[in-house]
Amino acid sequence: MKLTKAQYDEIAQFLGHVQPTRQSLRKLKEKFPSQSQSTLLSIFSQEYQKQIKRTHAKHHTAEAIETYYQRYLNGVMKNAAAPILLELANEVDFAPSLMARIVLERFLQEKEQAIPSKTLINSMLRDPSQIPDGVLANQVYQCTVNDCCYGPLVDCIKHFINNSSYSLCIAEDQLRAKGYDKTPDFILEVPVAVEGHIIHWIESKASFGDESSHQAYLQDQFWSYWNRFGPGLVIYWYGFIEELDCHRERGILLKDCFPTDIVTLRHSMAQR
Amino acid sequence: GSKCFEQLLLQHPSVAAGGIHRQIGDRSWQISDFSIRISCFSIHLVSLSLLQKDFVPFLLNFLREQTSQILTNGPSTPAKTPNSKAPGSQRTGSERRAGHATSSRVQLFSQRTSASLGSFITATPDALPARRGRRKGGSSVSASGRQVARDLGRSLAEEEDGKNDSASWSGGRRKRSEVPLVSARSPPSQLNLNNLEEFPPMGAASGWTNKPSRRINPTPVSAERPLSKPKMCFTSTPVSQSPAARFSSGSSLEAFTAVQEGNLTSVISNSLQEEREMLKKERYSLRISLDPGTPTKPSYTRSASLPAESHLVTCANPTKVSCKKQLECLAQLYSSCIAENLVPNIFLELFFVLQLLTSKGTSTAEDGDSDLEDNERSEGKQHFRSVHNCVYFAVQVLDYQIISRLEKGMLKLLAENERIASFSPTLHERLRQAYESSTAKVSLLLPCSVQSVSFQPETDNRSNFPSDRAFHIFKKQRDIFYELLREWEDNHEKTGWDFERVLGNKIRAMMAHLSATCNHSHFARLFQKQLIQMCKGPIGGGASWGDTPDQDVLNMLGSDNLSRLKRLQERFVVPQSIRGPCPPPSFPGCQQFFRDFILSAGSYQFNQHLMDSLCLKILELNGLTLVEHEHSDGEADMDEQDEKKRFTVVLLSLRLLAKFLGFLVFLPYRTVEQPTRDLQDSAVALRNQTLPVLDVLKLLRQSIRDQRSILTIPWIVEYLSLVDHIAPFLDYYRKVFCLLLLMVLSEDKEMSFLNKLLILAVLGWLFQVASSFPSFSHQDSVPLVDQQLLYTCCPYLGELRKLLASFVAGNGAKNGGFIRKITPTAAESLAPKTSVTQRKLQVELEQAFFHNQPPSLRRTVEFVAERVGSNCVKHIKATLVAELVQRAEVMLQEKVKEEDANHDKLLEEVCTHLYEEGAQALIKGREFCKKKGPEAVRVLLPEETSAAVLNSAEDIAVELATEKACGWLSANIAALIKREVKATFSRMLKVPGLLLPGEDALESRRDCPPDCQHCAPFPSQIINEIKDVLCVAVGPRDEDEVIDCVWLECLLGRLSQTLRCRKFMCPTSEQQLAKCTVELASLLVSDRVPLSLGIKPPEKSSERLRVKNNPTYGLLKLLLSVWKEDFGTPVPVQLMFSKKNIGYLAEVQQREWDLFLFMLNGLVEHELMRTGEVESCLRSLKELPWPSVSN
Repeated sequence: MKLTKAQYDEIAQFLGHVQPTRQSLRKLKEKFPSQSQSTLLSIFSQEYQKQIKRTHAKHHTAEAIETYYQRYLNGVMKNAAAPILLELANEVDFAPSLMARIVLERFLQEKEQAIPSKTLINSMLRDPSQIPDGVLANQVYQCTVNDCCYGPLVDCIKHFINNSSYSLCIAEDQLRAKGYDKTPDFILEVPVAVEGHIIHWIESKASFGDESSHQAYLQDQFWSYWNRFGPGLVIYWYGFIEELDCHRERGILLKDCFPTDIVTLRHSMAQR
Repeated sequence: GSKCFEQLLLQHPSVAAGGIHRQIGDRSWQISDFSIRISCFSIHLVSLSLLQKDFVPFLLNFLREQTSQILTNGPSTPAKTPNSKAPGSQRTGSERRAGHATSSRVQLFSQRTSASLGSFITATPDALPARRGRRKGGSSVSASGRQVARDLGRSLAEEEDGKNDSASWSGGRRKRSEVPLVSARSPPSQLNLNNLEEFPPMGAASGWTNKPSRRINPTPVSAERPLSKPKMCFTSTPVSQSPAARFSSGSSLEAFTAVQEGNLTSVISNSLQEEREMLKKERYSLRISLDPGTPTKPSYTRSASLPAESHLVTCANPTKVSCKKQLECLAQLYSSCIAENLVPNIFLELFFVLQLLTSKGTSTAEDGDSDLEDNERSEGKQHFRSVHNCVYFAVQVLDYQIISRLEKGMLKLLAENERIASFSPTLHERLRQAYESSTAKVSLLLPCSVQSVSFQPETDNRSNFPSDRAFHIFKKQRDIFYELLREWEDNHEKTGWDFERVLGNKIRAMMAHLSATCNHSHFARLFQKQLIQMCKGPIGGGASWGDTPDQDVLNMLGSDNLSRLKRLQERFVVPQSIRGPCPPPSFPGCQQFFRDFILSAGSYQFNQHLMDSLCLKILELNGLTLVEHEHSDGEADMDEQDEKKRFTVVLLSLRLLAKFLGFLVFLPYRTVEQPTRDLQDSAVALRNQTLPVLDVLKLLRQSIRDQRSILTIPWIVEYLSLVDHIAPFLDYYRKVFCLLLLMVLSEDKEMSFLNKLLILAVLGWLFQVASSFPSFSHQDSVPLVDQQLLYTCCPYLGELRKLLASFVAGNGAKNGGFIRKITPTAAESLAPKTSVTQRKLQVELEQAFFHNQPPSLRRTVEFVAERVGSNCVKHIKATLVAELVQRAEVMLQEKVKEEDANHDKLLEEVCTHLYEEGAQALIKGREFCKKKGPEAVRVLLPEETSAAVLNSAEDIAVELATEKACGWLSANIAALIKREVKATFSRMLKVPGLLLPGEDALESRRDCPPDCQHCAPFPSQIINEIKDVLCVAVGPRDEDEVIDCVWLECLLGRLSQTLRCRKFMCPTSEQQLAKCTVELASLLVSDRVPLSLGIKPPEKSSERLRVKNNPTYGLLKLLLSVWKEDFGTPVPVQLMFSKKNIGYLAEVQQREWDLFLFMLNGLVEHELMRTGEVESCLRSLKELPWPSVSN
């Protein structure tokens, strides 16, 4: 789904400071019924990530961590079944999964008298059953499952979408094995023309193509692919801002679905 | 001086045509005589006749002078070039130099043109003050030259007025003026030509050599410029009709015939060289006027068609022509000079003629110009002061010069020219016919769609770098390079955008990174490849097409409209892009980026590596085999076309690379100022010791010997065009120039016409622009250079380049312009058993075998061997090595789980184990080559090849391929295995899941069902939906928030579908789905999921009923079935016994444990857990810290 810049801005503005919960998402859907859910979720997620990036640091000061941890302890003391962490996260405008991580980290630190390894934390977030405190486990699980922008489930969904195209084409692993230093999702050994533009590679993005992410992708990936393989196609499965599709002539084509207008090279040999 | 001409015309007019013709043939120059000694030149110089040598310049100047009014003073004719009239240009030599520097397009090089002038002036100190004084006096320095021309006019008009000498004349030529003209050649031995004082070099010879700076004016582009656009190939071949026959009898004709019978021939032949000497001067002076650094302002208002503007243009009328006889006489003289290459530059003359043909101007002789000169001149008869006369003259000349090989578009324009039609219907008719039969079209090549250099694993992957760091840094450098390139593309045409200011620091930062990781060679290769990619085409690299056509426009129009676009483009672009017939070396279009990059980088390392890279590529391309086709059948045509294309590409690439190489090689020596003689001497002494980066002399000699100079000379010319001031005086380069000189002078009848023309054109251009060629100020190099200058100027080089490069190729192939030379490759046997003598014999036999076979056989065999060998290695990598790596993976996976595994040691162990098996590579490689080699040879050789020849060819191919492949494999197989295993291992270690016990059987259990349409929901979608359910279950949730039971059932059904279609399933998704569903089950058994039964909301009052008809049982059954039937990966059902999930259970009331028990039964029934496992899980539950439930 292609959005104009104006449409996108309207959504982004609405998202302002909402919490990344399914309730917010529901409101968003009600407000913009014409947009597909996946596009909205993608935009929501990206906007929220931007917001988190801006505020990330202030939640990680020693002072903040201590405050959060104490509030958690006090909260569960009163009522262990109440969604303490989730509400805390919402209150201070922080992603529930990340809040859970902060508190879990702090908890383990106190328990083990050492800074826990990242792998351990990740593993516990993935499977809260491993958390040696039942209450905290429940609280953490509640946070991760309720967070529609961060957390192991979301990561998995993103991972899947980002990797789903691999099964359709030359696997990236295969390309890496050949020693390519930067590899798009797939390279066409025989180039094709999409909407009249020659393409040599396709990159699939399970996100909405907004300005900031597109710029970052251009810088880190798309131009690099162009530099190595020539022009190519980017598919933003959750849509993109129309205005960003401005490098077609130079060799970066944007689509929100798999193209239908494909012209292939016809081998004279094959016709014989 | 003028007297000479008068004498010539009046007494010995044989100079005019026949004499010149004849003496050309007497030339003693033989191209085969490479070992020409400098002294030869002196002999010719000594025997020169001043009289004859002055003739051609006089004639040319006369014509320029005569026509200057009409060409420059016409109402709509653009102004003269600033350097001829602008006050700023009236300076002394050094000032002039500076002036040129600022006004030039390409500053770096434009100085050279003016610098040579400077040197010329300084070499003639006497001329300098006079010149300055004259300029100040409002008169031109070239007054004496004009004087000569005026004299010529007078003599033609038979108006001898006797005062044809001027004071300034002796100023520049005091020595010569002391010697009577005739005696100048009589005691040749007394003249010390090597002495500057006694025999001032050409430049000194005069005021008049400066003169043409005002006359030969390339820039006045009249309204009809599009008609005389430089897209043409001139021929100096006279038409079959005898020139003499065209002249009707008349007074001046009588004079001519008298001369023809005269006996000046021998004198002329002796003085040929001298005449060229004179023309060298001429070319220097021309250079001044033609300095393209001061281009005509583009005039956008010019209409493309003559009729449209006819109201502005004087209508040329054949009946109004005056002095017909004289004009015809001049035309014949002039044509003969052109025909014999006696003019400095035939292209320039053609340009001039076309200017005349298209001249505007008033028909009245006088206009408002009341210049002193004009008043003076008006005393003389002016033959060209009317448009009618100019056109008449031009048509006469064209009648001689045309035309057979002019480019089609040019022919069309000429054929459509109304003036030609009215002045000479016969010429018009011939043009029309020539146009209809001509196929010589110049076309633009389309720019390549891919503009980046593709990543090639063979040269660009990790194994080509010393370290990971170097590899990764280069990865970044590549991206930065293109980023810079894009920035340049987007912005460089914007006003105020400055390369150095914007990109300079970025480039230098990049260089620092490259230095830190020794990546220069990689970057140099990328740089060079990108250079070729972007600039090789005639458009990007062309001299007259400044820029590539806008790709957007091309895309927009598509190829159908491209020809129309081209024509349109020509109209717009051509008139603007004329940069004078002899533009200095420049870096048009994208080349500019590369040049500026080099300059901004200022990196010695980079430059060195780039030179290495360029040299290598140049040698490779220059050594390319250009096939002489066996003209046996119709296929030859096809091959020939291909060869032409190939030649064009190779030639253009070579020229591009050579230009950049020359740029880099001479960059450190480049100076703005012409060095003084002392500095020069010491510099020469110093630099004579160093070896050239690329041995162009050797290459040039080889190319002449192999008759492929048509490929080599054009790029050597580009290379040399960038010499610094000193280089031409070095022994080495002197030899190079000397050899090039011979090429010009040679009468190589073998060489095809266009081949020769190309060589003449590029050499002419070279000697025009190579600044530090002030050879006339330094006698030591006089013999080297001066003759060259006869043929200077290569106007419209870009146009010529396009045209000639494409036509020359084919002709060259036929006429021996280049001949294929095979470098013998000795095929050495791999088998070590054979003795040295046996091997030698084998090699000899092999050579003998090829000797009598067509060259294509050898090429085929070599090609097959090369490819099969290479493919063999690839094949071994993909099969044997891949297999070994897979085994290694299994071994490593087992061992790495052992505690305290030392990874390095482990790796080493596994690899050692595999090395033995790696030895199989040689056997397999041999097998591969043996199988594939003959197949390929058989396919590629003619069907009719005899069995014996075929077998031998196959055997040799197999042998060579095996040698190549096995040689590589035996040396590298171990390292290859190790590298691959190591890479796999590190990948393995990076993926944590792979090392977890129980999760190493990740591959899909099965394929899709046979009739799968792959239209199941994506795993991500299912995960997302299950997540929503979990979310509601875990809360917090709204009071009325429920999960529809039917919907959930449906979701589980879709889950089943998704799991069955394996197309989009990946291990991580499947694992996540398994985990989610276990979580879901846990929540279901603890009654945490607020289910609704369809329409009816759950009633709290009827809890009993709910238990009985609990839909949860159905859902749990579904889940169990999905776990059992659909998952390809083990489902972590034991998670249900985790503290967290049991915690949910612990909070529910007693009766809900029924669900849990149901689930436990189900797990056992579905063989998802064994009873024992369930028991042990339950037992472990006891150890959990049970909270308040214990009541």
